[in-house]
Amino acid sequence: MQEAVIKRAKELLADGSVNRVVGWKAGEFAYDTTPAVFTSAEELDAGFIYNDFCAPNLSKYIIKESRKEGKLLVFLKPCDTYSFNQLVKEHRIIRENVYIIAVPCTGKVDVDTVKSKGIKGITGMTSDGENVTITTLYGEKTMPKSETLGDKCRTCKSKKHVIFDEIIGDDGEVNTDGARFELVEKLEMMTPDERYDFWRNELSKCIRCNACRNVCPACTCESCVFDNPNSGIQQRAATDSFEENMFHLIRSFHVAGRCTDCGECTRVCPQNIPLHLINRKYIKDINEFYGDYQAGSDLETRAPLNDYTFDDCEPSIVYKRGGNE
Amino acid sequence: MFRLPADKLNEFFAAIASAQSLYIPVDGDDGRASYKKWTEGTALSKALNTVRSAKDFFFPQTTDICDFNMNGKNIEIIDNRTESEDFVIFGVRACDARSFTILDKVFLAEPIDTYYATRREHGTVITMACTEPEENCFCGVFGIDAAAPEGDAACWMTEDSLYIKANTEKGEKFIESIKSMLEECDSSAVDAQKAKTKEILEKLPFANVSTDYFRKNTLLDIFGSEHWKKLSESCLGCGTCTFVCPTCQCYDIKDYDTGHGIKRYRTWDSCMYSDFTRMAHGNSRNSQVERFRQRFMHKLVYFPDNNNGEFGCVGCGRCLSRCPISMNIIKVIKTFGEE
Ligand code: SF4
Ligand code: SF4
Ligand code: SF4
Ligand code: SF4
Ligand code: SF4
Repeated sequence: MQEAVIKRAKELLADGSVNRVVGWKAGEFAYDTTPAVFTSAEELDAGFIYNDFCAPNLSKYIIKESRKEGKLLVFLKPCDTYSFNQLVKEHRIIRENVYIIAVPCTGKVDVDTVKSKGIKGITGMTSDGENVTITTLYGEKTMPKSETLGDKCRTCKSKKHVIFDEIIGDDGEVNTDGARFELVEKLEMMTPDERYDFWRNELSKCIRCNACRNVCPACTCESCVFDNPNSGIQQRAATDSFEENMFHLIRSFHVAGRCTDCGECTRVCPQNIPLHLINRKYIKDINEFYGDYQAGSDLETRAPLNDYTFDDCEPSIVYKRGGNE
Repeated sequence: MFRLPADKLNEFFAAIASAQSLYIPVDGDDGRASYKKWTEGTALSKALNTVRSAKDFFFPQTTDICDFNMNGKNIEIIDNRTESEDFVIFGVRACDARSFTILDKVFLAEPIDTYYATRREHGTVITMACTEPEENCFCGVFGIDAAAPEGDAACWMTEDSLYIKANTEKGEKFIESIKSMLEECDSSAVDAQKAKTKEILEKLPFANVSTDYFRKNTLLDIFGSEHWKKLSESCLGCGTCTFVCPTCQCYDIKDYDTGHGIKRYRTWDSCMYSDFTRMAHGNSRNSQVERFRQRFMHKLVYFPDNNNGEFGCVGCGRCLSRCPISMNIIKVIKTFGEE
């Protein structure tokens, strides 16, 4: 896979179709890949990788990159294409300036998941697609790849690329098993108090590092409401539980209906807060109230929350579900 | 050196906690460790280190500074600080213990930060030697010995015992206070553990990373280097690296208008944020390249320049494991070093 990807990147650079390539760069160990821009064949040979460790979503970077001089090439995994589409739809990415090569994905290994199995001192990992071999300071281990996947890949919504100019390998299918909503259903079954406790327990861990916001491809405001110097508060820490809750409520509402469920927020949270569940609940509600809708799946469908139709569900559905009138 | 049988650990914690608040690293439901106040039943984490650093004890993410009450033309200033309780932090790793020395150089230099100083006075730091360092650890690069940590007193845990030795007067006082539980012993078991750990430390992937470049080149050459652009290219400006870092020390002070008075408080700030340098005249760092460069220039150049060559990093590896895009101080040091 990696060879094929690099070969195409070199060809497109050489014939002048693009002047740079956005992809993943190898790190110190197998797992610490960094998004990067490559401008020459030498740079590609020196550091470009595409393998089972390339979890970072590249789409957000294209907002800035697509505004620079000349056309760029980007490699997108299935989930990244949804984010990309959504950003094109919101006029954030300039589509004409981007050449997309879709790359297949069978799930990305998540080092925190591996470490949560008690594996320490990981100096290297290789994956053959089925199994992951992990070399550590304390010996070698092998485990099925399925056990090494992070949250976002364990409940992958689709293996289908929804936008590309060219594809390497075969395209996959949308996952319709609904398994990604299992945890949301569990939360729905809780009493309001239990649910509140669940979220307080999670959100009280938040250090307000902003990783979730800054990585989120739906969080693209030029100036974020949480960076407003006139807000009267510092916005650098959750000074109390109110501020803690508000940050997440406002952020999640702001991306509601635009969140593609890419899972990046949870992947990057240093405190392991299952942030994606908040928006997954909204996604589930949108599906139930307005009919199935997947943000980023195409460029045309009007987003239910931005659209008014006579068929829209009545607010009374909220009461039917036990809400207060 | 003193010894406590490992099965007495709980009683040991109870004895400490009966006299003052005790904080130890505890595993969360997801296995990630954080410092928690010890109460009966709290178990010591087996994780190598906590996600948040131990600096919170002395330099918390938010500090209430004072309140102002307005009464006509009079302003009353109310100092409502409460940090007057003695406390013990147990299980601090060598890297975090050194971070306190670094923070001391900032907060205890004139003019002394009395909020920090009070907390330092009231806190006793009991460290724990590492036996199974992670691949991201590089404390050794900064002359820190993970097998013999600093702190008021240092501990070593073996299968059947906890060994403890005082490093400071405060540490001696601490040991004195719980001496009835301890027996005096020689250092043979600890020496054996140290030797074993040393072997692992020498094999760590970053054990031999060199920081010479930052000593041999001038501030301006490093500042003006071409490397910063590439290194910072994909930085999200999230600030996670600064919030998990035990030595990051920047803060901002804000007045909150309650409607009938003012609450003045400070919170951590991050040089990675776009408004960090926003001033009346504008902003002096308008791009992420400049902000990113600041973080590493501070740790690797400015701090040592002002502190007899001591770097502002302790090699704890937190920024390595927590950066969403895996860009970090090791990649910076290596990129320059390989020039
Ligand atoms: S990434 Fe996690 S810790 Fe950081 S602000 Fe978001 S929820 Fe809080
Ligand atoms: S909220 Fe989370 S899952 Fe949704 S788009 Fe943003 S990063 Fe992705
Ligand atoms: S810069 Fe990184 S490795 Fe160094 S002390 Fe801070 S978090 Fe730890
Ligand atoms: S950096 Fe050193 S002291 Fe800190 S946890 Fe790792 S080995 Fe221990
Ligand atoms: S270096 Fe990493 S952790 Fe730090 S601000 Fe940039 S993206 Fe965030």
